Amino acid sequence: MSLISFKLEKRIPPPWWFRILMPIMAVIISLAISSIFLLILGKNPFTAFYYLFYGGLGTKFAFLEMLVKATPLILTGIAVSIAFLAKYWNIGAEGQLYAGALLATWVGIQNFNLSPVFYVLLVIVAGFVGGGVWSFIPAYLKARFKVDDVVTTLLFNYIMIYFVSAILEGPWRHPVSLYPESVNIAENAQLIQLVPRSRVHIGFLIAVAVVFVTYFIVKKTKLGFEIRATGSNPKAANFLGINTLKTIIIASVLSGGVAGLAGVSEVAGVHYHLIHNLSPGYGYSGIVIAMLGGLNPFGVLFAALYFSVIITGAQMMSRSVGIPPYIADVIQGITLIVMLAMLLLFEYKISIRRGK
Amino acid sequence: MEKVVEMQNIRKTFLHTVANNDINFDICKGEVVTLLGENGAGKTTLMKILYGMYSMDSGEIYVKGKKVDIKSPKDAISLGIGMVHQHFTLVKSFTVTENVILGLPPAKGIEIDLESAKKDLISLSKKYGLEVNPDAKIWQLSVGEKQRVEIIKALYRNIDVLIMDEPTAVLTPQEAENLFDTLRLLTKEGKSIVFISHKLGEVMEISDRIVILRNGTLAGEKNKKDTTKKELARIMVGREVLEIIEKEEMSERGEPLLVVQNLHALNDKGIEALKGISFEVRSEEILGIAGVSGNGQRELEDVLCGVRESTDGRIVFKGKEITTKKPKEIINLGIGRVPEDRMEEGLILDLPIFENLIVESYDKKPLSNGILINYSSVKDFAEKMVKEYDIKTPSIYTITRTLSGGNLQKVILARMLSRNPEFIIASQPIRGLDVGAAEYIHTKLLSARANGVGILLISEDLDEILMLSDRILVMYEGEVMGILDRKDVTIDELGLMMTGTRMGGFHEPN
Repeated sequence: MSLISFKLEKRIPPPWWFRILMPIMAVIISLAISSIFLLILGKNPFTAFYYLFYGGLGTKFAFLEMLVKATPLILTGIAVSIAFLAKYWNIGAEGQLYAGALLATWVGIQNFNLSPVFYVLLVIVAGFVGGGVWSFIPAYLKARFKVDDVVTTLLFNYIMIYFVSAILEGPWRHPVSLYPESVNIAENAQLIQLVPRSRVHIGFLIAVAVVFVTYFIVKKTKLGFEIRATGSNPKAANFLGINTLKTIIIASVLSGGVAGLAGVSEVAGVHYHLIHNLSPGYGYSGIVIAMLGGLNPFGVLFAALYFSVIITGAQMMSRSVGIPPYIADVIQGITLIVMLAMLLLFEYKISIRRGK
Repeated sequence: MEKVVEMQNIRKTFLHTVANNDINFDICKGEVVTLLGENGAGKTTLMKILYGMYSMDSGEIYVKGKKVDIKSPKDAISLGIGMVHQHFTLVKSFTVTENVILGLPPAKGIEIDLESAKKDLISLSKKYGLEVNPDAKIWQLSVGEKQRVEIIKALYRNIDVLIMDEPTAVLTPQEAENLFDTLRLLTKEGKSIVFISHKLGEVMEISDRIVILRNGTLAGEKNKKDTTKKELARIMVGREVLEIIEKEEMSERGEPLLVVQNLHALNDKGIEALKGISFEVRSEEILGIAGVSGNGQRELEDVLCGVRESTDGRIVFKGKEITTKKPKEIINLGIGRVPEDRMEEGLILDLPIFENLIVESYDKKPLSNGILINYSSVKDFAEKMVKEYDIKTPSIYTITRTLSGGNLQKVILARMLSRNPEFIIASQPIRGLDVGAAEYIHTKLLSARANGVGILLISEDLDEILMLSDRILVMYEGEVMGILDRKDVTIDELGLMMTGTRMGGFHEPN
């Protein structure tokens, strides 16, 4: 009897149009799979998806609310994709978001006598530094001691989230309401609104600018080349003279910094104070978005907008069809799995070997 | 002569490549028939079809005149066909005897009769000169011994046809001679041998008949007595080959460029792989490092290229110590490197060709201003390299993975030589390349030498070492067995040193 074994072999990269088609196919397949769950719940999937997209895009209010939610998602998606391009598995965007929010809030509640432009810039820098520093620690541990990045970055999320809670329960507890939330940041430190009487703030434009800057760094600079080379094959990159450890650390700091900006967006653009459920998992959604966007900054932009539609529309779908809003999380999870499976199938060829 | 095996119109395709294009191949009783061809010509594929490891797309196989359907190696063995692979298929923690009987039904009931198996094994090994200790564990054996176990394993199964896939690649010249003696004894007994090779010297020595494959098609068939090496080479490559590249004799060698003193280093398993290596390489000379694979050559390459730390000793380049330098510093000092592992070290296969061409100089003017990469000068540079080094590619933006082996090596060579190195470390530079590409690489290395470059050539291919080197250093188990002048060297001497005989009167390691 002969044994059968499977082997994965890298295949020639598919053409560019295929790389665009692939996420679209992933979205369609994942919606198809999600409808099985809706059918189990006895609901018509077409009705459900209608309300899902109507709730995320159908009205002016829905559209603007979608942009509000898209802002942190774009930033965490970019954050994760920078790290993943260097094959540094940063699962810690959630914690880095909180670290950025923490430092940005601290700067924001100092009530500096600064012009809004400078104060906002200072808050942004603080958020970047907060996220960057929090990301530096696991990256240093990885570069210096080969500590597994997936484990440390993931666990660092919990450290930071509970640290923020502790601060909010303790020293920063609101002096009047006694809620575990910080006082509001100074008005001249807040991100101004883009559209009157909506929650859309200038952070959305900043996020889009980050997309362009990231594209420029990745494609045009020495650093971008080093990140891509390290991510493609760290062993070869090291042999060829690229300081891969330094590159991984820089990529991780940039990644954490951008995740920190997502924290800035939520604190200075939406809530104006720090709360401990500031993010409903934007950092984790960033992983799905980065993968669906093919680690390409513009792909990430579109993927973030798509997920923002789903997250925003989930409430409407929930109310109209009578299903829990968690279906949005289910769709996200399925999309990630489908996308990963498709990447595996299209970037590798599976050969079945028969023999001894 | 009686035909034992007839393969007719065998066709096999892998995705887009035709590995075997309607090939006819016969094996007669008692002959050594060689399958000759370059790497990728389809020799191994054809034999794996016969041995049941691959299924053919179309074609017919007859064994002793009867049409057969070989679905697995087990079917092949029961038809009397055995194969010794390039990579051995032995269980390391088992003894020789256990490996030989592995997979065979026990002789009596459910009890395995090791003792009688051992007796049979000893008589086989005596009869055919396949000396091996039946009680030794496989991991204790040398490569040559392992190969003998593989042959015994096949013979123990009463095969009539023995396929040997490039058996001499892992052997010293003496071991290869012993193997040939064994093969001759086997053919005298009426067994048939299929010998897969691309080395013309040994092909002419051992074969009765030679079948030549080229690009998956049958390119010719010759009887040994009616042909010459030159003719075989021409059929194999499809054009005239310069048998030996002209090598200019250097009147005197230049200054010492690279001096290595008492170098020690560990391998990946933490075992000492370099045990005090010392040598020097001068400008305008090629020092060849010969040795059987796995005797520390890889670790020496790694240490010199800056990707493995030495545990003791010194490396001095142009009077400056570079022992602990990182790859980037080594590159910038003017040392060019052609690594053994071109797929995993020499190139970043998923990046396009132009980025691989600049990966050692992307941070220098004119390709970069310190922060940005100037992609228009990169483009010009890459276009120039592709033209100058005749790299066959649709465009400079093509993903590197899609190139053939020879073109991959040309990318490495172009990148390295474009930096005008003063010293070159080349490890297995032609392994797996076709004759044309190999010739090209050798010509480039020799012209670098003529321009005053010192070259350290690490190779397991003795022909390559003999053809290019001015001096030859033989490594065995991490030590220098001796350094000889090319003019004074004999193959026998080299063979002895490669198996651990230290030459008296030669350079001794400290």
